[in-house]
Amino acid sequence: MTQYALTVNAVTLRFGGLVAVNGLSMEIPMGSIVGLIGPNGAGKTSAFNVITGFYQPSEGCVEFTHRNGHTETITGLPPHRVCAAGLARTFQNIRLFANETALENVMVGSYVRQKGRWWMNLVPYVFRAAEAEQAEILKNSMTLLERLGLAEYAHAPASSLPYGAQRRLEIARALATKPEFLLLDEPAAGMNPQESARLLAFIRQLRDDFDLTILLIEHDMKVVMGVCEHIWVLDQGTLIAQGNPDQIKSDPRVIEAYLGKEAAHA
Amino acid sequence: MIAAQDTRTRDNALTLVSVGLFCVFLWWVPNNLDGYKLRIINLIAINAILGLSLNLIYGMTGMFSLGHAGFMAIGAYVSALLVLTPEQKVQMWILEPIAPWLANIHTPFIASLLAAGVIAAFFGWLISLPILRLGGDYLGIATLGFSEIIRILITNFTPITNGSLGLKGIPSHTTLWMSYGCLAIFLLCMVRLMRSNFGNVLRAVRDDEIAARTMGIDTFKMRVLAFTLGCFGGGVGGALMGNLITTIDPKMFMITQTYSLLMIVVVGGLGSITGSIVGSILVTTMLEWLRIVENPVTIGTFEIPGIPGMRMVIFSLLLIAVIIFRREGIMGMREFSWSWLLGLGRKRGGAAK
Repeated sequence: MTQYALTVNAVTLRFGGLVAVNGLSMEIPMGSIVGLIGPNGAGKTSAFNVITGFYQPSEGCVEFTHRNGHTETITGLPPHRVCAAGLARTFQNIRLFANETALENVMVGSYVRQKGRWWMNLVPYVFRAAEAEQAEILKNSMTLLERLGLAEYAHAPASSLPYGAQRRLEIARALATKPEFLLLDEPAAGMNPQESARLLAFIRQLRDDFDLTILLIEHDMKVVMGVCEHIWVLDQGTLIAQGNPDQIKSDPRVIEAYLGKEAAHA
Repeated sequence: MIAAQDTRTRDNALTLVSVGLFCVFLWWVPNNLDGYKLRIINLIAINAILGLSLNLIYGMTGMFSLGHAGFMAIGAYVSALLVLTPEQKVQMWILEPIAPWLANIHTPFIASLLAAGVIAAFFGWLISLPILRLGGDYLGIATLGFSEIIRILITNFTPITNGSLGLKGIPSHTTLWMSYGCLAIFLLCMVRLMRSNFGNVLRAVRDDEIAARTMGIDTFKMRVLAFTLGCFGGGVGGALMGNLITTIDPKMFMITQTYSLLMIVVVGGLGSITGSIVGSILVTTMLEWLRIVENPVTIGTFEIPGIPGMRMVIFSLLLIAVIIFRREGIMGMREFSWSWLLGLGRKRGGAAK
C-alpha cells in the first residue's frame, strides 16, 4: 500500500466572491517528487499558502503524515507550527533575510529545532548544554552550506549573492528546519536552460540525501516533465487533470488550458 | 586554525587592557573634573543604556517605537519611590496624603533598579500584547500614545506619584561606577544575545517577517519578547537618570526625551550595538556643547541675546545632514572589532606614507 505524506481533502479557498482554489484534492506519496502546474493565476501559489498555513481554507482540510506514520491535520495551524510539523517551503520571489549572511540565514532555519532558550546565552559558562547546541548549529549550518555548494558565500550578506546562489540558499535555509516535506515555489524561475538542467539533478539529489517528499510549482515544462513522478494541473482554481508526465503531455484539457481551444483540436 | 587562536588571544588582551585603562579613567575623573562634566560623563553611560534598549526594539527587531520615555518614567518613579525614606515621603506629599502601603517601603538602590526594570518590562509586555499586532508607522503612533498615557497617569495618581509636583531629594546613588557598571552588564548581555542564534532570529523578524514565520519562528512572540526586554532597559535607564538628577517630575518624560534617544540610535546606526554607544557619546556631548549657541554673544559693540532652544535648531540641522549623507548612521549595521580598528589604522598609515 502506498503511504501518503500529504493528503489535501477537497480544499476550497474563497476571497469574497472569487474562488482561488476550488475543491482541490491531492494525495502525495511519501518520498516522491510531484508537481503542481497551471497557467498564471490558476491558484497554485494559493494552494501552497493553504498547505503552509498562510491562508485558512474556506472548506476542506490538509493532513500530513510523518515518516513514522503519525498523521496530523495541519489546516488551522499558523505557519510557524506547520514548519515545526515538518513542512518547509521556498518562495516564488526569493525571500531571504537580506542583511544577514548566508550562514546566519541557515542558522535562523535551525531555530525551530533549537532547545536552548534565549536567556541561556546571556551568561557565559553556566548553560553548557545550550552553548554546545549553539556551536553544533553553527557547525551543521556550515556543513549544509557546503553540501549545497554555498560555502564560499557563508560570510557574505544574502542580498549580495548571485541569483542562482540565492535560490539555493533559500532551499538550504528550508532544509535547516529539518523538514520531511519540501514545497518549492518555481525553483527554476529566472534560470537559463543549463541552470535548470542542473536543477533537475539537484532536486533528485535533495530528495535522496534528505529523505524528503517534494512538491513543486513550476512553469518550466522541461523541469516539470523531467523530475516529477506525478503532476496535478490547475486551471482557474479547479483541478483539470492529473497523472504521470506522459499522460499530462497528451491530455487535451491541459493543452487547451495552456494554448487555447484550437491548439487542442489540431 | 592557529591564526584564529592567536587573533582571539590578541583581542582578549586588547579588551582587558582597554577595560583596565577605562577603569583608571573612571577613578581619575571624580577628583579632577567638575560636577558638570562628571554629570555629562554619567549621562553618556545612561543614554547608552537607553539607546541600546531602544536599539533592541527598533534597530534589531524592527519595531518603530516612540514610547521609550514612558517606560523611563515608570522606571524612574519606581526606583525613586523605593529609595526615598519614609520621612522624606511624609514631608513631600502636600496635595494629597501618600498611599499608606507606599509610605513605609524602603529598599536598597540595587533592588530598586531591578524593580524599576521589572515593572517597566511588565507594563511593556502588557502594552505590547495588543499593539504589536500593528506594524510600521502605526506602531510608532500607538507607542507614542501609550507613552503619553503613562505620563498623564503619573501626573494624576497623586497619592502614589505626588502628581505634577514630582519627587525631590532622591539620594544621588548614580555614581560613575554605578552607571558604567550597569552599562557594562547591559553591553555584555546585548553582545551575547545578538551573537547567539536568538539574535539572528530577531534580525530575521526585522528583515522579512513572512519568511521568518515560514522558518518556524513565532514572530509575534519574538517581537513581544524583544519589546519587553527593551522596556526593561528603559526602566533601568530611567531609574539611573532619576537618581543622578535627584529630582523627577512628569514633564521630564515628554516625547522630546524619546526623540533624543531616537537620535542616538539613528545617528549611531540602527541595528549596531557599537553604534548606540558612539551615538550616545556624540549626541550627549553635542547637546551640552551646543549650549554655547544659546548664550548671549558679544561681537565688538553688538550684543546678540541668547535664544533659548537654538541648540535644538542646530541639532535638527545636523540630524538632517546625517539622514541625507549617511542614512545608515555612523556604524551602519557593523559592529566594533579589534581587527577592524587595527585594519583601519594600517590603512590610514599606509595612505600617509
